[in-house]
Amino acid sequence: MENHLTEITMTVNGVSVSRNIEPRVLLAHFLREELGLTGTHIGCDTSQCGACTVLIDGEAVKSCTVLAVQCMGQSVTTIEGLAQTTLHPMQAAFREKHGLQCGFCTSGVMMTAIELLKQYPNPTESQIRQGLDGVLCRCTGYETIVRSVQHAASLMSKQELPQEEEVG
Amino acid sequence: MRTAPFEYHRAHDIDDALEWLTRDGDREVKILAGGHSLLPLMKLKLATPTVLLDVQGVSELKGVTMEPGWIRIGALSRYVDLTRDPTVAEALPLLSQVAATVADMQVRNRGTIGGSLCHADPQADIPAAVLALDGRLIVVGPRGERRMTLDEFIVAPFLTVLEPTEILSAVEFPIPSGPQQSVYLKRPHPASGYPIVGVAITANVPTPGHLSNVRVVVGGMGSKAYRAYATESTLNEKELSPETLRQAAEVAITEAQLSDDADVPYHSQLIRTYVERALHRLYGGVA
Ligand SMILES: Cc1cc2nc3c(=O)[nH]c(=O)nc-3n(C[C@H](O)[C@H](O)[C@H](O)COP(=O)(O)OP(=O)(O)OC[C@H]3O[C@@H](n4cnc5c(N)ncnc54)[C@H](O)[C@@H]3O)c2cc1C
Ligand code: FES
Ligand code: FES
Repeated sequence: MENHLTEITMTVNGVSVSRNIEPRVLLAHFLREELGLTGTHIGCDTSQCGACTVLIDGEAVKSCTVLAVQCMGQSVTTIEGLAQTTLHPMQAAFREKHGLQCGFCTSGVMMTAIELLKQYPNPTESQIRQGLDGVLCRCTGYETIVRSVQHAASLMSKQELPQEEEVG
Repeated sequence: MRTAPFEYHRAHDIDDALEWLTRDGDREVKILAGGHSLLPLMKLKLATPTVLLDVQGVSELKGVTMEPGWIRIGALSRYVDLTRDPTVAEALPLLSQVAATVADMQVRNRGTIGGSLCHADPQADIPAAVLALDGRLIVVGPRGERRMTLDEFIVAPFLTVLEPTEILSAVEFPIPSGPQQSVYLKRPHPASGYPIVGVAITANVPTPGHLSNVRVVVGGMGSKAYRAYATESTLNEKELSPETLRQAAEVAITEAQLSDDADVPYHSQLIRTYVERALHRLYGGVA
């Protein structure tokens, strides 16, 4: 069968991109190979490990299980889109609390944790562990990942609500 | 991994989608909903459709609507929608609860109730909820609409009565009259998260300590989710006590529908234990 090319346009990290691609190109491959955004990792390629997690319209999604053509007109954020002039608080927290060892899972963990903190700005440990159920760390560094996400939560609450008093 | 090549189309509305499905009998046109069963299968080349029909833009398949006596849940409703929708949480807390146990956040952000039902994986969570809540599946096709129960819809593992030209448009649930209690208790597989067993129970509570209209559903085992009718009879209109709950769980073993490759002693124990624990949760809520 012929491989028809389809034109797609989406916003990636705030920039509009258009490409002619085969419909079977997965979002993970589109990001890595078409756009050179290799911070999104492919671990298992079978929807299990979450290393490939990116945000689509703000929601955490495994990019190895989404076709790029499905994201037509949508807004994708990858790990490369987090830091502005300074590190994103999630990145700063992972650096400070040693949330990564080999770093392979880290971009997926951070993207997942960003959605998690949107739902629970002040998460309990069990909310963090449950929320990160869809990401596997082969270095098994879950303790420091949990600490990093807790730290990110406190950095982000200070950043976003400087006037509000911390309770508890 | 790449899938085999295919043509990709986006349906604008339900008529457009139905037209695509009937247009050309020689080509295998597959509906793409959340893609979280279909794309993994396509990557393994276990599915090789020639055309993928993306229905994400079909508004007729979306949303939750209340009708007199019924609540209608569009087939494209994702697990995350079911867990957050206030109408669902209020009228069908069991469905929200079940959706929250599916997989992980990322999968719940994509997978849909319709996709789960059409995929008909015997290990899925959603079918047990649909059976326990007496849902009706609304199927549309070139010859109009038909409504059916889950039992009528799912024939065997990964097999439904859907014709290639038909679409599951929604699932409708009767709104329970009077106070209803419900519970879902799942033992997830430690690696995959799919249920090894999932027990869904709904019951009316006419007076404290009594149940009526009890529906006990066992999912995750055997070829499809099933109602444990004999177990239900041991509970209906009876005075509840820890002893009656224990007896009911024993009855559940006698009517277990296990798959051919089941580890019979282990899976029977699981059913007994999970039925009893689920009943205790329900009882705890009604005593
Ligand atoms: C890592 C992982 C973990 C998972 N864990 C669980 C779990 O714990 N419990 C569980 O129950 N499930 C689990 N699943 C499966 C998940 O629930 C799937 O999302 C769901 O089974 C399919 O829904 P979908 O919308 O993604 O459907 P798709 O993959 O898009 O479609 C599935 C099939 O249904 C057909 N189809 C879809 N919608 C319609 C429609 N409206 N009309 C007609 N045909 C249609 C498609 O053509 C296809 O054949 C898991 C999946 C993954 C990847
Ligand atoms: S690479 Fe996508 S989930 Fe593992
Ligand atoms: S840090 Fe190595 S896989 Fe998580």
